[in-house]
Amino acid sequence: MAELPVTKISVASALAGRSPATGQGNPMLIETEALSLYYGQAQALKQITFGIREKVVTAFIGPSGCGKSTLLRCFNRMNDLIDNVRIEGAVRIGGEDINDRSVNVIALRKEVGMVFQRSNPFPKSIYENVAYALRLHGMRNKTELDGMVEQSLRQSALWEEVKDRLQTSALGLSGGQQQRLCIARAIAIKPQIILMDEPASALDPLATARIEDLILELKREYTIIIVTHNMQQAARMSDYTAFFYLGELIEYGATAKIFTSPARKQTEDYVTGRFG
Amino acid sequence: MREAGSKGSGRFRAARLDLGSFFFSGLTGLATFIILAMLAVILGNIIGQGGSQLSWRFISGGTRHDMFDVQQAGVLPMIVGTAMRVILMTIFVLPVGVITAIYLTEYAHPTSIFTRIIRSAVNNLAGVASIVFGLFGLGFFINFLGRNIDAALHRTETLWGQPALVWASLTLAVMTLPVVIVATEESLKAIPPGLREASLALGATKFETIRKIIFPQALPGIMTGAILAISRAAGEVAPILFTGAAYYMAGLPHRLTDQFMDLGYHVFILSTQSPDIEKTRPILYATVLVLLLLTFALNLVAIFVRARIRKKMRLMH
Repeated sequence: MAELPVTKISVASALAGRSPATGQGNPMLIETEALSLYYGQAQALKQITFGIREKVVTAFIGPSGCGKSTLLRCFNRMNDLIDNVRIEGAVRIGGEDINDRSVNVIALRKEVGMVFQRSNPFPKSIYENVAYALRLHGMRNKTELDGMVEQSLRQSALWEEVKDRLQTSALGLSGGQQQRLCIARAIAIKPQIILMDEPASALDPLATARIEDLILELKREYTIIIVTHNMQQAARMSDYTAFFYLGELIEYGATAKIFTSPARKQTEDYVTGRFG
Repeated sequence: MREAGSKGSGRFRAARLDLGSFFFSGLTGLATFIILAMLAVILGNIIGQGGSQLSWRFISGGTRHDMFDVQQAGVLPMIVGTAMRVILMTIFVLPVGVITAIYLTEYAHPTSIFTRIIRSAVNNLAGVASIVFGLFGLGFFINFLGRNIDAALHRTETLWGQPALVWASLTLAVMTLPVVIVATEESLKAIPPGLREASLALGATKFETIRKIIFPQALPGIMTGAILAISRAAGEVAPILFTGAAYYMAGLPHRLTDQFMDLGYHVFILSTQSPDIEKTRPILYATVLVLLLLTFALNLVAIFVRARIRKKMRLMH
């Protein structure tokens, strides 16, 4: 190898700072079986079969258009909103096929929360943003609501910054604060799983670092799947990494292994920054 | 060849003048001036000639004996009639228009034939001449709906099957429906899709998302639709000619089935039916001024409501 790409060094340092992959013995929470997804004629996911363990952070990496976000959105059936989507194969969460006709998508999304790439707080007060889903799912008692709002904001490391202005607009927060509010909003209803679609890609490095700290904190209680374009982020955050390319799952395994000794040439090329 | 050090080599001097921009800015300025000048002439003329005729008696009084006589004329019945038909129209048109717009943007399949039929129907509705709405109101609301209501209620004398405030308002509501639909649709489309996704991803149903997130965001746009509808309807005469406007009424309208006097229609009456136009002219000017002021006032109410909503959205409690 003539040139040693910069990425490899920084990824190595990112890996060096952390403990070996946790959660190796955790049971599988999400399993897919020969999952294929078509947008009309175009196939976006090809025969994906793998399993995601409980209470670990799993990173989905791969070049744009590789299907990682599409796969993420299969787990809370957000693809239902798009016309002409056809799904083959199965997605099971806790053993249950979530595309089964008996599954209520509302109940599913209560268990599988989502944080989007662009922070999208509701144009309501900070308090109402967090209370929104709690109210939807039937919490009416003011004291209970207050308690859950505070707890969620504390968990998302936002409480100290906003406790004196809970009734002001969420749109007055900075980008990083807004994204943490979106996380607070998602965890308020205590989902099992949190899907994160490039949650820090629109944030500055400082705000990104705070989100990353938060994710590491949250994985004690939640199963987290994070789509990211940032190799160092995947290396720092995740216990497992899945590499996708053109709708296929190329390689999946412990993050340290994917980044230091990948089995496939394509994976190595991608994580070392040679393409993508 | 350029010589080094020579001052003013002329490099930056214009090779060609931007004459196009010169003329175009002149043209746009002229167009603006013409519009402003016309507005100034119209308003100036009306305010100048009508303002002096305005008196408390004129505004707060009914017409006694001779409506063409300055000493006796009063426009209170027309103010009440016009205000009532505009307010009733707003009450009728807003729910239907808003629900249609929500259906079109949130529920309907954007490219289905059904949606396209609704959309072209809305567009065509906007292009129909207002007198046609008047005839439609007469044919559908009065002769069909009204008479059938009378028949269903076993009434011996006609109550619903004749021109009335409610039919005139409904006719105007049909006429202004496209305005409200389009304004509401625009405001719905301007809402970032991320908000819908966020709400749905939290386990909200589509209806909950529309009710709690989408609708409040669309309110200012809906009020804009209301403002446009009011402006359009307040001055219209043709749709109410056959559906509710009265030439003369002794009292104010009390019931939905009453006829009413109308400012716009009264202007028409004053200018065409007067035995002595010179004597009537001051009343005519004053009536036109009152019509403009009333339209302005009704608009102002809607604008005020919209400002309140916007302010509330900014502060949010």
